[in-house]
Amino acid sequence: MVHKVGVVVFPGSNCDRDAFNAFGSVLNQKVEFLWHKDTSLDGVEVVVLPGGFSYGDYLRSGAIARFSPIMSEVIKFAERGGLVMGICNGFQVLVESGLLPGALLRNAKLKFVCRQVYLRTETTKTPFTSGLKLGQILKVPIAHGDGNYYADDGTLKDLQDNDQIVFRYSTSDGRITGDANPNGSILNIGGIVNKSRNVLGMMPHPERASEKILGSASGVMILKSAMEALN
Amino acid sequence: MFKATVKVTLKKKILDPQGKAIESSLHNLGFTKLSGVRTGKNIEISVDETDLERVKGLVQSACTKLLANPVTEEYEYVIYDHDGTPLTQFTTQQKGIREPVN
Repeated sequence: MVHKVGVVVFPGSNCDRDAFNAFGSVLNQKVEFLWHKDTSLDGVEVVVLPGGFSYGDYLRSGAIARFSPIMSEVIKFAERGGLVMGICNGFQVLVESGLLPGALLRNAKLKFVCRQVYLRTETTKTPFTSGLKLGQILKVPIAHGDGNYYADDGTLKDLQDNDQIVFRYSTSDGRITGDANPNGSILNIGGIVNKSRNVLGMMPHPERASEKILGSASGVMILKSAMEALN
Repeated sequence: MFKATVKVTLKKKILDPQGKAIESSLHNLGFTKLSGVRTGKNIEISVDETDLERVKGLVQSACTKLLANPVTEEYEYVIYDHDGTPLTQFTTQQKGIREPVN
């Protein structure tokens, strides 16, 4: 089935076209851009908050984009159970908006990190990972300076108790080690869902790993899962 | 017209890698007695309001809504008269407004 995907464009988004390509050309879905000043989601069935540097990352990454006019619609959509995917800067917007718990701090070693990483699938009980196998390793690129996931002890326990940790940075054979952690994230966390499991935030870029020619096609399985969950 | 300065810093229990990098550079320069370096943001604001209580309310609300992220940051602010005289200050550690400054 063809579904309608909305990719939000903030001033400074730069992975909006990658997301458009992955959903549109690779998965043959109907995709449209939603401008940050729009006040309607135009009937889309999935909202993607793409990567980039919305508002130049001024103040804190995602802090200003979170108050864009479109975001009040995205928050209502998420609260009604709509599927929302925040990738990289989109993840930062989601934690700033309170749709996801925790925060994303400056990378522990202060460097902007742009390279392929391996992710271990920690739960398949989300619409975004239902098409994956538990423990499945995905090769996906990261490109961020503020990807160091932080949550206080209580929040972290909640995430674990409710099976909300979706991806953890691992070695290529699935071991969770310090060396496999590119940014200092607590527990090597690379992606989480909210309690109702319809909002995913992840720092790595599955849309940039959507075709073999890009170096890996394993990221697109996440987008495909979300599409299949809507069928 | 009032003025306010807001200082936003990472909570003490959160590692500040920028502070660490600055500290290590200071040590390399021979400032071995300097330590505990932490960074933060300083935000200057003008407030078009005549009543001090309302100014406090506005600045406080700006801090909680946008300027600081309560998950990772704490903030403090000082409100000044138009001529730069400090009138009142607030820090998250104090959990209350202490006034006047002088």
